[in-house]
Amino acid sequence: MKRFIVGLALVAGCSSTSQDSGQPARSSDPVPTLGIGRAATLQEIAALDIDVRPDGAGLPEGSGTAVTGRAVYAAHCVSCHGPEGQGTPTGEQLVGGSASEVFVASGTERSGRGGRKTVGSYWPYATTLYDYTNRAMPFDKPGSLTPSEVYAVTAFVLWKNGIIGENDSMNRATLPAVRMPARDKFVPDDRLRFRQVR
Amino acid sequence: MSSQPDSNDTAADAISRRDLFAGAAGALGAAVIAGVTHTETSAQQAPAPDTTHQQGAFASDLGTRAPSVAARRRVNPARQVSRTPLQDLDGSITPSDLHFERHHAGIPAIDPVKYTLLIHGLVAKPLVLTLADLRRYPSVTRIAFLECSGNFARNAAETTRPQELCGLTSQSEWTGVPLALLLREAGIRSEAKWLLAEGQDAAVMARSIPVEKAFDDALIAYAQNGEPLRPAQGFPARLFLPGWEGNANVKWLRRIEVGDQAYMTRDETSKYTESLKDGTARQFSFIMDARSVITAPNYPDKIQPGWLEVRGIAWSGRGKIARVDMSADGGKSWKPAQLQGAVLPKAHTRFAYMFQWSGEEAELISRATDETGYIQPTQHQLVEARGASTGYHLNPITGIRIKSDGSVVYRQETWA
Repeated sequence: MKRFIVGLALVAGCSSTSQDSGQPARSSDPVPTLGIGRAATLQEIAALDIDVRPDGAGLPEGSGTAVTGRAVYAAHCVSCHGPEGQGTPTGEQLVGGSASEVFVASGTERSGRGGRKTVGSYWPYATTLYDYTNRAMPFDKPGSLTPSEVYAVTAFVLWKNGIIGENDSMNRATLPAVRMPARDKFVPDDRLRFRQVR
Repeated sequence: MSSQPDSNDTAADAISRRDLFAGAAGALGAAVIAGVTHTETSAQQAPAPDTTHQQGAFASDLGTRAPSVAARRRVNPARQVSRTPLQDLDGSITPSDLHFERHHAGIPAIDPVKYTLLIHGLVAKPLVLTLADLRRYPSVTRIAFLECSGNFARNAAETTRPQELCGLTSQSEWTGVPLALLLREAGIRSEAKWLLAEGQDAAVMARSIPVEKAFDDALIAYAQNGEPLRPAQGFPARLFLPGWEGNANVKWLRRIEVGDQAYMTRDETSKYTESLKDGTARQFSFIMDARSVITAPNYPDKIQPGWLEVRGIAWSGRGKIARVDMSADGGKSWKPAQLQGAVLPKAHTRFAYMFQWSGEEAELISRATDETGYIQPTQHQLVEARGASTGYHLNPITGIRIKSDGSVVYRQETWA
C-alpha cells in the first residue's frame, strides 16, 4: 500500500494547496479520501463485469460444442468471416495458418509469409476468444448471443483450427484448460531496459 | 545549439534562425517568403478585394474557420480510421476536430447526464462516479500527444504526405482527474497489479493497464483543448495515458476493474503485439518511442532555389525531446534544428531548420533524440532489432526529396 500513497503524493503534488487554506490536503500522507461518488451495488457491478480471464474467472454457466456452434456461426458469423473461417474483405480470417509459421525465427527477413495470424496460429488464450466474441460480436448485433451460444461458436472456431474435437464441450471448466498453439510465444515488452532501439 | 554552419557544407547549406533574425532579416526576408510557391497562384491572378469600405460579418455564438482553410482528416474506406493533416498544421496543438480517429465499433452516443464510471475489483469500496463527480475531484491539465501504435506506412509512395505517412498522432491539452486519486478513493488493495479499462462502445473495448501507470501520470480525461472531449475522442470521459500507445487510452470509459493479473483481451494479444525476429511476439508494448517528421515542405509543394524554413514535429513517449537533427547527405552528417515553443514531456515539439536549396536534387531527413538519450532509429536499425514483419511501433527516420525542378516528394525507402 505504501507505494500507492507515495505515488499519489507525486500525482497530487502537481497542484498542492496551501496548508492553511482549509482545503483538503493533496500531498500529505496519509491522504484523506474526498467522499465524492457513491458506493456501487453488487447488482451494478454484476451488470457490467463481463470480462473473462485466462484462469477462467468471469466465465458464466452454459456450454456448447462445435456441433452446436456450427448453426450459431452460420447465422451470425459466416457473412463476414466466410464459411470456412477464411475471412472476407469485411471480416478477419479466423482459421488457418500455424503458430510454427507465424512464430518463426526470421533474422531480419520478413517472417510468417505463409503464416497468417488467426485464432489458431496467434491467439494465446482460448478465453480471449470467448471474451471478445461476447463483447464485440456479432458485428451487426454485438452482445446479443447467450453464454451457451458464445461457448458453442467458440468451440466451433477452436475445432475448425484443429485445437479441440468436434464434440468437446466448452464450458467454464474446460475452456480455460484449452492449450492454444501460441500460448508460450508472447514476451513482455523490454524496450525500456535499453537506451536505444530494441 | 551551434549558430555556425558545419565546415562540410555543400550546395545544400544551412543557416541558423538566430543568425537570420539577429541582423539579416530585412535582407533575407523576401527570399524566405518566396520559398514555397504553390499556394500563391490564385493571389497573383486577380487583385484582392478591398475589405475596408464595408462592414464585415457579425459576431456569432460559434466560430468557423476561414472558408479557404482546406485542412481535413483523411478517412479510410471502412470509416474506422481518420488521419490528422499534419502538413496543414502549425504550432503543436491539433484542433480537436482534426484529431485522428480509430474506432473499433463506431462512436457511441452517450448522454453525459446518465454517464457513470464504475471502479471495482480489488478495492475496499467499489465506486460509481458521475461526470459531475469526476469534475469535483482535483484536476490536472497537461499537453500531450496521443499516437496509434500502427502509425507508419511502409513502402510509401513518393506522393505520400505526413498525413498518410504518420497522421495517427495528434496533440491536445487534456484535463481530467488523476486516476490515482480515484483508486485511492476506492481504497485500492495492496495486491493490485493490473487494471482493466473498458469502454462503452459496441466493441466494449478493453485493455489491461499496469497499476504503476495509474500512479504515475494516468488521467481520466473529460476535457480536450478547453472544452468537453469530442465524441470521437471518448466523450464524456476516457482514459489518458501520456506517452502510451493510443489503443490503451480507452475511450468512453465505463468501468475500471482492479485485478492481480492481466486480462489478456483481444487488443493486447491478437492485436497490438509485435512479431520479433527471434520467433516471439512482444506484448504490452505501451510506450511510444521518439520520433520526428518533416511536415513542410512536402508533396505536392514546389520550392524555388534559396532559403526555406523546413518545419516538423518531434515527440517521445519517454519524456522530452532533447534535440532534432537534420541531414542532407543520408545521415552521414547532422546539423541541429531549432526546437520551438515549450518543450514538454510526452508532447509534440515543433522544430525548424533553415535550408538553402541550390536548385540541384537534394534530400533532407530528420532525427529526434529524447532526454533519455534515445535516438530515433533508421528503418535498417528497426529491422535489425526486430525483424521485418511487425507493423506496430515503427518510428523510423524519414524525410523529403527535392527534385531538380523544385518539386518535393516523400523520400521513399524500401521496407526490409
